[in-house]
Amino acid sequence: MSDELRSILLEQVEKLLADRAGPDVLRRAEAGEWPEALWAEMEALGLPLALAPEEMGGAGLTWEDAVAVWQVLGRHGAPVPLAESMAAAGLLAAAGIGPPPGYLGLVVAGEPGLSWGRRAQHLVAAHGGKLVLCPAAKAQEGRDGFSRLPLDVCQPGPDSAAAPLPPALGAEAPLLAGAMIQAALIAGALEAVLDTAVDYANTRKQFGRPIGGFQAVQQLLAQAAGEVAAAGVAAAQAGRAASRRGLAAAEFEVASAKVVAGEAAGKVAAIVHQVHAAIGFTDEHHLHLFTRRLWAWRDACGTERVWAQRIGAAALARGGAALWPDLTARDEAAV
Amino acid sequence: MGALRFELRDTPPDAPALRAELRAFLAEQGRNWSPTVRAYSWMGFDRDFSREVGKRGWIGMTWPRAYGGGERTAMDRYVVLEEMLAVGAPVGAHWIGDRQSGPLILRLGTEEQRREFLPRIVSGELAFAIGLSEPDSGSDLASLRTRATKVEGGWRIEGRKVWTTNAHRCDFMIALLRTSPAPDPRAKHQGLSQFLVDLRSSGLSIRPILDLAGEEGFNEITFDNVFVPDSLLVGKEGNGWEQATAELAFERAGPERYLSSLPLLTAALDDLRAEPAAAETVGRLLARAGTLRQMSLSVAGMLQEGKTPAREAALVKDVGNDYEQALPETLRTLFDAARTPAEVWEMQRMMTMVARSYSLRGGTREILRGIIARQLGLR
Repeated sequence: MSDELRSILLEQVEKLLADRAGPDVLRRAEAGEWPEALWAEMEALGLPLALAPEEMGGAGLTWEDAVAVWQVLGRHGAPVPLAESMAAAGLLAAAGIGPPPGYLGLVVAGEPGLSWGRRAQHLVAAHGGKLVLCPAAKAQEGRDGFSRLPLDVCQPGPDSAAAPLPPALGAEAPLLAGAMIQAALIAGALEAVLDTAVDYANTRKQFGRPIGGFQAVQQLLAQAAGEVAAAGVAAAQAGRAASRRGLAAAEFEVASAKVVAGEAAGKVAAIVHQVHAAIGFTDEHHLHLFTRRLWAWRDACGTERVWAQRIGAAALARGGAALWPDLTARDEAAV
Repeated sequence: MGALRFELRDTPPDAPALRAELRAFLAEQGRNWSPTVRAYSWMGFDRDFSREVGKRGWIGMTWPRAYGGGERTAMDRYVVLEEMLAVGAPVGAHWIGDRQSGPLILRLGTEEQRREFLPRIVSGELAFAIGLSEPDSGSDLASLRTRATKVEGGWRIEGRKVWTTNAHRCDFMIALLRTSPAPDPRAKHQGLSQFLVDLRSSGLSIRPILDLAGEEGFNEITFDNVFVPDSLLVGKEGNGWEQATAELAFERAGPERYLSSLPLLTAALDDLRAEPAAAETVGRLLARAGTLRQMSLSVAGMLQEGKTPAREAALVKDVGNDYEQALPETLRTLFDAARTPAEVWEMQRMMTMVARSYSLRGGTREILRGIIARQLGLR
């Protein structure tokens, strides 16, 4: 997608979420109320299928485009599982299976459940070298301990379609897509909490002036801004690598994005809470709607530790002489 | 105001060929670089090496051919810089001229200055020092007091500059000096000007200052009635603060703001195979290196487009300094006296000492974060 088209799309998504998402919707979602109006508008915009090519009812988005959309979604707290549904549709299309409409649950091996699994019409999973589409049967309802959003275990129905996983996706495609989603959502939510903290620091007065005028507070928020920028770049880089080389060959960038975004989530959440002090510790203030999601997302689809071990072990096996050449060759080989 | 944007950038299409050339050159040149030399990295000064770099067209790469430059892109230049830094090459003799003094002369110098200085920077003949800090003016740079007074045909300089890395080995400095009194204490940014100063001028004395690592890295320079001709004023009289601020954008924008300690990771990696805890730590370091590299490339791309990404550079420098400073400490937790080779320990020791400078040179962490905070809209 051209830069111009992408920015139009991102503006549309931003506007939709600004109008229809917000703290009230997030709170109701945590109480188990599906944001029907928001989801309906997303379907009307063609977002859930957007990663599929036009002939399969999609918009031909790339992973890079999708990461940009997910970052906007994260900025608004991701009240609906749009990212997961988009990725599931994208995987199906890449395997040659036409994605059906409705919420497609992305099954990531080892994860405790599916976000809003009770609402999933179909499930997409990888096993035995194949990508499988099946109807979602009964869901065992649960909720995530951090985000409080529905996290359900779904029974798969009989396969509706199955196709070999193409090499570009690889056997771990759902896990890689899931990790990329979490990184992008984190990058977006980090922007939101940084904005919130800057606004608060500029309005909250102590000692006769806004606390944002104190260097101690400025230094903290500047440090947070560095982490926020790093997470955004890491997520975008993962999306670009997946677009160019396929998900399987983007493992290093996806892992890096999950590590960098996960580390940033922990550091920035600590800083924005420190800046907000007691009011940010209350249920009433909306800060926790975002910081609890940050803590949830950094745990999902592989923690920083898991992904760091993976790329670290690979680098150790390659040895010191290959370290710098490998780091610089990844992009250049693909251009 | 608000969040800074970092668009993803690619290295240029000819990067692989350029890298191959550089790697062969650096392998040959670097045969005898000790772990201490590599740890000192771009503070290391080796004129012979810089001349060899110059011969290959890797200094002033982006400058017009008329001044000896290569008219290559900023991204080509980026590839050269990062390859040098990745192996800890002692690039100090040409680094400052290539990075900031040359670009300043190119943008604001007179035609005569360009013809006089740029070709000799390009060949690696002419080494530049930075003339900003003074004994009483560090982070509060605009409070500087070294003064240039107008005389017939030129200016007379009185005062002192300090922390000028490698000045005793360099040929020229671009000095930021007070040429007229500040109209009031809050307008101290006014009345400053920049001059090209010959470091062998009469009345100029240079006293090397030993650093904590035992190297003669930086200096104190005393100006005792030093004459500088009118022809060596750079840019506009009184415009020195704006010029120096733009110069700082160049100074802060490069890959040396996150790569200073990377040679240690390369050197230590093979030993760490025997260490069970290494994979996670190495993975975290690599994830950040790849991300910082892309952030740094993004700033290089802005420079390429002729922008002055001062705030973006401050942010990347801050995040990058944290990274390069923590790296020797982090790796140390994985070292083992009985196993880790002596050369790796040597580099680690040197870097532990030198790393203190990473978050000081080119603007302290606290000053950078002040710039970022203002960009965020904090006041």
